[in-house]
Amino acid sequence: MVSIPTASSNASLRASLHGLPGVDRVGADARAAGLGTRSIKTTAKRQAIDMAISMVDLTTLEGADTRGKVRAMCAKAVHPDPTDPTVPRVAAVCVYPDLVAEARDVVGSSGVKVASVATAFPSGRSSLEVKVADTAMAVAAGADEIDMVIDRGAFLSGDYLKVFEEIQAIKEACGEAHLKVILETGELATYDNVRRASWLAMMAGGDFIKTSTGKVQPAATLPVTLVMLEAVRDFRDREGRMVGVKPAGGIRTTKDAIKMLVLVNETAGPDWLDPDWFRLGASSVLNDLLMQRQKLTTGRYAGPDYFTLD
Amino acid sequence: MSERLSVRKTYKLYIGGAFPRSESGRSYVVTGAKGEFLANASKASRKDVRDAVTAARKAFPGWSAATAYNRGQILYRIAEMLEGRRSQFVSEVAEADGVSGKKAGELVDAAVDRLVWYAGWSDKISSLRGSSNPVAGPYFNLSTPEPTGVVGIVAPPMGPLFGLVSVIAPVIVTGNTCVVIASERAPLPSITLAEVLATSDLPGGVVNILTGSSAEMAPWLAGHMDVNGIDLTGADAELAQKCEELAAENLKRVLRPNGKTDWAADPGTGRMTAFLETKTVWHPIGI
Repeated sequence: MVSIPTASSNASLRASLHGLPGVDRVGADARAAGLGTRSIKTTAKRQAIDMAISMVDLTTLEGADTRGKVRAMCAKAVHPDPTDPTVPRVAAVCVYPDLVAEARDVVGSSGVKVASVATAFPSGRSSLEVKVADTAMAVAAGADEIDMVIDRGAFLSGDYLKVFEEIQAIKEACGEAHLKVILETGELATYDNVRRASWLAMMAGGDFIKTSTGKVQPAATLPVTLVMLEAVRDFRDREGRMVGVKPAGGIRTTKDAIKMLVLVNETAGPDWLDPDWFRLGASSVLNDLLMQRQKLTTGRYAGPDYFTLD
Repeated sequence: MSERLSVRKTYKLYIGGAFPRSESGRSYVVTGAKGEFLANASKASRKDVRDAVTAARKAFPGWSAATAYNRGQILYRIAEMLEGRRSQFVSEVAEADGVSGKKAGELVDAAVDRLVWYAGWSDKISSLRGSSNPVAGPYFNLSTPEPTGVVGIVAPPMGPLFGLVSVIAPVIVTGNTCVVIASERAPLPSITLAEVLATSDLPGGVVNILTGSSAEMAPWLAGHMDVNGIDLTGADAELAQKCEELAAENLKRVLRPNGKTDWAADPGTGRMTAFLETKTVWHPIGI
């Protein structure tokens, strides 16, 4: 079916991607909804909360971001709950390229990775030279991970080769840094397109596939994440290479996060239940996870007044 | 022609402007003063308490920022709507308390009057509790009352309507939002009151009403870190002490009246001022 790396022409890419089986939309929705009803309580819930915290990519991607805000967020990434040292640190912080150095300075050697969006985020509307330069700048500033956006216009008009070569070029510019490829599923219209874009990104060398920029609704819905998890599972079966998944945007509550973990375990398998292979791109979910954690510890409902604003 | 089937009312909870069943799916039998079956009511759980607090917190910014005039209008509107349902309330109060129709009518009238009375306070309480303070310096120094936040209320077991109105109105008129645990013994008028609230321009979530066991729910409310005050009027001595201890953790405002409250007496401003904070502003003179 899919053969790699024969991506020398649009025709061969089209043949590969359109040769993928179609996604049953109703079935995917029902499967995701069904897995979302699992009841995770007490000790299992506690484990799930800690695992979810350790998988968070704590994100701030606002035009109004300041150095101070990034420093505060990075401090929180290292010690999510200063009153409780048993809370694990988060996986990474995610910022704009010009703030990478600031983030690097605060997280230091704590083990928290610094991720940077690049390639004319969030629209991806610029020339390849600019996108490569954007990426190189973030890497030079100390980014461990690059979150690139694909050119949705090219993808939707069938110019798969352009998208493919762009991902390859950015991958090369990343050097040592991990490359996460943002598909922006909210703009891809169909689950079939989500599956095709996932395969395209993996074939081109992406280390992670990520649902969304967080700037477009709908963002990381359960069925879309399900389709992407199936793609990484099938890709490993066929090619032997493991690719991570990062749902981002719209994950606000502990329940949302735990549903995602259930989805990972049941779809891709427990190998992916690791911060190296699964991330949650979010900001507000961290406070809710901490509040739920405190509820389990103290036995009383926690209030947002006792956690940092972000 | 066949005999018409009676259409019986399902009594549910009132959370965030909607009428959900308890998430636990539980219900309990409510009986009248003589032990006769009246209805099944929802038996709310701690998770319903949690949801109600979330709804009350969400409603707080809007309600507390509404002008005092607007809040007064809405309270007055509640009184109007309650008046319009007078006959339904009279029969529910009569069944619950086992009093005559005439006595029940007086109690419903008293509840309407109490709402109107509190509605009038909305734009006057700041004159009573606020002040301009003389200070040793070239400053205006002004103190104004501000709502405390989300208030938990354990409603009195007796006086299912009059007592309930007398504890809710003083809390919301100043801009607080509340979660009310209705009388366990006589919860039906409280849900009918919720139907009145839902059609009175009162934003959803300002008042949330839960029916069920107060001994089960009140401690969750008292311990909740996102609740800023608690009114223990309807709690017995043992429950009130437990709640007061739990409320200490985040320094909630606690209202625990001594002895039995006479609802018919002039209520004074105590119930309003119990859930008010004072904000003081210094403003330089002559700049």
